Amino acid sequence: MKQHLNTLFVTTEGTYLAKDGMAVAVRMEKKTRLRIPLHNLDGIVCFGRVGVSPSLMAICGESGVTISMTDAHGRFRAAIIGYSPGNVLLRRTQYRVADDPSKSCEIARIMVAAKLANCRAVLLRAARDSRVESRRSTLTTAARRLVTNLEAARACDSLERLRGIEGEGASTYFEAFSAMVNVPEDAFQFTSRSRRPPLDPLNALLSFLYALLAHDARSACEAAGLDAAVGFLHRDRPGRPGLALDLMEEFRPFLADRLALSLINRRQISASGFTTSPTGAVNMNDATRKTLLKAYQVRKQKTMLHPFLQEKTSVGIMIHLQARLLARHLRGDVDAYPAFVWR
Amino acid sequence: MYVLVTYDVNTETREGRRRLRQIAKTCLDYGQRVQQSVFELKVDPAQWAECKAKLTGIMDTTKDSLRFYYLGANWKRRVEHCGANPSLDIDGPLIA
Repeated sequence: MKQHLNTLFVTTEGTYLAKDGMAVAVRMEKKTRLRIPLHNLDGIVCFGRVGVSPSLMAICGESGVTISMTDAHGRFRAAIIGYSPGNVLLRRTQYRVADDPSKSCEIARIMVAAKLANCRAVLLRAARDSRVESRRSTLTTAARRLVTNLEAARACDSLERLRGIEGEGASTYFEAFSAMVNVPEDAFQFTSRSRRPPLDPLNALLSFLYALLAHDARSACEAAGLDAAVGFLHRDRPGRPGLALDLMEEFRPFLADRLALSLINRRQISASGFTTSPTGAVNMNDATRKTLLKAYQVRKQKTMLHPFLQEKTSVGIMIHLQARLLARHLRGDVDAYPAFVWR
Repeated sequence: MYVLVTYDVNTETREGRRRLRQIAKTCLDYGQRVQQSVFELKVDPAQWAECKAKLTGIMDTTKDSLRFYYLGANWKRRVEHCGANPSLDIDGPLIA
């Protein structure tokens, strides 16, 4: 079984990461501030200008620690990973399935249905907790509308139409999203997703969390021996980790959206933690980003029961398990891909 | 699992000082230094077997002593720190 290992986030600009024995040394202003043995790590994520020594890159590649380089907002730029693990036969099967529209659709449809079901669960959970009647009715109405999409997705046999259903579901979900925010601040109200750049704090939070989730989904695909670039729902595009994005769908509401909401509702993050640039792009400051990273890591360490495997695992390992289940399905060991449905 | 490694290495001779350095280096490859000759290691059983073999290979059993304390999975309840140089929680969020 794969162990849930920790991820090192380096957010301070100008930091240098070097190899020290079998450990990473985090150097700031020529002093070693942190020293972490590599076997305790799963990945290293560097935000902004962070240097990495060649010998550290080499040993990380060898020992399966992924180094992701992202810009200061968490947008992915490059990764350093070793040889692709797993099995070429599995990857070939993956390509064949991806080339076959009807087989791709079969998997994609399960993923979309799971995503919509999870969105619905998030809405309903928030509705149950909400004390304001008007909000509760907004949420339950949206949840009811999602059922229609959910049924349509389950019966859908064309990828094009499936993408349409997914988009429709997403807009229903995000229209009701603000009703889940319980703080009076206007900054956390929004009606639709905006990205590149995010135009309000809530969108900035979501974009950043999705970037973190994409990093995890990508490494989960790689670790299971799948090609992260070849997706079923997401079409191939250079530089886009299609399969990682596919795998992410079912986790977005449960992992990212709920985390953003609870940070806002518990007032751990406030509107003052964001800055607006002249172009209208909203960025979070260092303190907010740290709070968010911490909360994300803590969330990943929570244990819960895997709905399909009926086994207790950490949330962080859940996405790895899904990647493995997908691999098993491609190999023909499981009839259908059992997507993660939050209950 | 969590292992606490402590040692006494005889440093009267040059050889002894060499062993001391090597043992410290090996411990550092697997865990973190919490005090001068005290290390906390978060390892899986395979990694521990490897580490232990290395350590016992370096030491001179007639002159040095090594002690291993197995703190298990519930180590958090068993470790308390007071004073300077608090240790790093290897399971906690690692943000630099």
